[in-house]
Amino acid sequence: MTLASLVAAALFLGVIAYALLGGADFGSGFYDLTAGGDRRGAELRGLIDHSIGPVWEANHVWLIYILVMWWTGFPGAFAAATTTLFIPLMLALAGIILRGASFAFRKYSATMAQARLFGAIFAGSSVITPFFLGTVAGAIASGRVPKAGYGDRVGSWINPTSLVGGCLAVGTCVFLAGVFLTADATRAGDVELAETLRTRTLVVAMVTGMIVFAGLYPVSHDAPTLTNGLLTHASPLLVIAALAGLAATVLVYRRSYSVARLAAAGAVGSVIAGWGVGQYPWMLVDEVTINDAAGANTTLAGLLIVVAIAGVLVLPALGYLLWLTQTEAWTRT
Amino acid sequence: MWLSDLALVLASSDGPPGLLPARQQMAVSLGWHIILACFGVAFPTMIYVVHRRGIVRDDPVALDLAKRWGKVSAVLFAIGAVSGTVLSFEMGLLWPGLMGRFGDVLGLPFAFEGLSFFVEAIFLGIYLYGWGRMPPRRHLAMLIPMVLAGIVGTFCVVSVNAWMNNPTGFELRDGEVVNVNPWAAMFNGGVWLQFAHMWVAAFMVVGLVVSGVYAAGLLRGRNDAHHRLGFTVPFVFATVAAIAQPLIGHALGMRVHDTQPAKLAAFELALTTEGPAPERLGGLLIDGEVRWSLDIPRLGSIIARNSLDAPVPGLDTVPKSDWPPVNITHLSFQLMVGIGTLLAAVVIVYWLLRWRGRDLLDNRWFLRFAVIAGPLAILAMESGWTATEVGRQPWTVWQVLRTEDAATMSTGIWWTYLGVLVIYLGMTVGAYIVLRSMARRWRAGESDLPSPYGPPGRERVS
Repeated sequence: MTLASLVAAALFLGVIAYALLGGADFGSGFYDLTAGGDRRGAELRGLIDHSIGPVWEANHVWLIYILVMWWTGFPGAFAAATTTLFIPLMLALAGIILRGASFAFRKYSATMAQARLFGAIFAGSSVITPFFLGTVAGAIASGRVPKAGYGDRVGSWINPTSLVGGCLAVGTCVFLAGVFLTADATRAGDVELAETLRTRTLVVAMVTGMIVFAGLYPVSHDAPTLTNGLLTHASPLLVIAALAGLAATVLVYRRSYSVARLAAAGAVGSVIAGWGVGQYPWMLVDEVTINDAAGANTTLAGLLIVVAIAGVLVLPALGYLLWLTQTEAWTRT
Repeated sequence: MWLSDLALVLASSDGPPGLLPARQQMAVSLGWHIILACFGVAFPTMIYVVHRRGIVRDDPVALDLAKRWGKVSAVLFAIGAVSGTVLSFEMGLLWPGLMGRFGDVLGLPFAFEGLSFFVEAIFLGIYLYGWGRMPPRRHLAMLIPMVLAGIVGTFCVVSVNAWMNNPTGFELRDGEVVNVNPWAAMFNGGVWLQFAHMWVAAFMVVGLVVSGVYAAGLLRGRNDAHHRLGFTVPFVFATVAAIAQPLIGHALGMRVHDTQPAKLAAFELALTTEGPAPERLGGLLIDGEVRWSLDIPRLGSIIARNSLDAPVPGLDTVPKSDWPPVNITHLSFQLMVGIGTLLAAVVIVYWLLRWRGRDLLDNRWFLRFAVIAGPLAILAMESGWTATEVGRQPWTVWQVLRTEDAATMSTGIWWTYLGVLVIYLGMTVGAYIVLRSMARRWRAGESDLPSPYGPPGRERVS
């Protein structure tokens, strides 16, 4: 395995982490959006607030990590993607800003009108952001980002593979969030809310599963290189994704929510990993390989050092934070 | 001045259509983000001081300040995380010519910066959750990683800018970037002084803004231990920073003479090389002539060269095509120096009088000045960044990559610029409303407001 492949793998780990952790957050916006009126939806919105409160900032970090690893490790391919996919990237960015800011502001809103406005912005932008990021993935995977950059500014991301990618991103986010929120509601002892969420999650699971496998048909015509990879070396991952997704759905149906969370994360992680493995060894499909896109070796080694330090410093601290958030406060004054 | 420079930029630009709006958008995004970044860098240290005082002296006023400041910094951190994400997108979207060619030269410090940002976010969460859940001493110690992460993060971001001023760690062979050494690029010759300048600036900005908030309270007659301590702690930090800053700036200015004479010439509005050189206060360059400036003999040599008669290089040593927009560079540089000098003088006067037994906190004119000192410090910092960034033009990477070659060829950047303006305006208004409502609710006696990253408040707003 070359240094470039290692860095690409580290980069893609960031993509998977973002899809899982950020995905659950983005998806919760969908339930916020569909929670109903102020009174009826208050309980669910409170739960969403509570669930993503402690960690929501972490997801910006995953995205920044992906971008930094990409432009430092594979600068030419990065510039090719940003110049070609300017529009969806800008739209995703706008969604991220509006989402982050309005979530923070809603928490502080003094009046109901303020909370309602910020809440609507938060929920709407949570859904559109993963869609545009999905179209970006579809553009890269279907070979629409030319090596020299400045490809078709519209056609590159409005095409069958990108649309499947966008819908798939939204579906997986909403599915993940549904499983997580149902588990949280159960843990909080709110049976009624958990039951409502359970029904919705089951519907979302069916729809998402259909998108994943029905989407393979247009993709197979539109993106032959990716399809070839998916059907050969990435096929075990697709099988795992199907089994884990099925298991998650059955577990939600049988109300074993905490195990369902693992299965759901496994399913989504396998879908994302399947994309990465499916397009290996290409960085930009049909245009440039990971090895050819890589920057200087000294820089790649430096990046791996950063990743190692992050593993040593960040993971224990993050674990401590998560443990602390589950600890009850000593005093209740 | 703006119009003429604008015309100059437009006229001289054969570059891509995205050049001007890309520069404007980057300036707005960076200029906005840097204010929040200052709080991420300097506020934890101040919180540490009041929190420690609260524990050691068993002082409830100090503990209460630490609690509130922690929540304020969480709000600012959350918004800063958003605007920081914007910047990382913009690096690629607006400057593909820079990132595509030099990404593997300049990228490593960004990776370390991302790491320190992550560390700071996690420990901020731990700190906010730690109240009542951790032993007090350990809880206090959770601020130390935040302080260190602030230092590392500042160093890394400034390192990239310093590299753009002092490009090292690579060679150009027939236009190809070869022999890349990202560590040499990261620890380039300009980084230490530039880092010191920015790190100290963060303490000036935060110290004066926060003390200004409590000065406003004192002005309204809220003269209690809470307001006096809330004023004094940040003001002490701002004092040390405001006195150190001119010295650092002076050292940095002498370095600019050695490495970027064209920039220094624009700072000093020097058309021809002169020694001894005068200091030109104010003034504009119009049709190749300096007008309306107030010249003080020899001061230019003293400030720029640390000498009574050493020559200050003039713009005549630089081909006209390589001139930066002179007027913006000159005026923003002088605005920074002027405000910095004023602030340093005021803090010195305050402590001198206090040493003589007179406390200016009872003086309404001093309090009024303390309220605007924060915005002045921000203005000085923004002017400083404007001076160094505009003064580097027409280069993005000094004498290696011109800005027109770094900018995107995409059209429609005016629209994204407009979008950025609207969004940032909205975030500013939102931040103001949130912080004001927090202050009101605290004054009304609520002590348990929720915050991002923190535990939910006991009374739920949902």
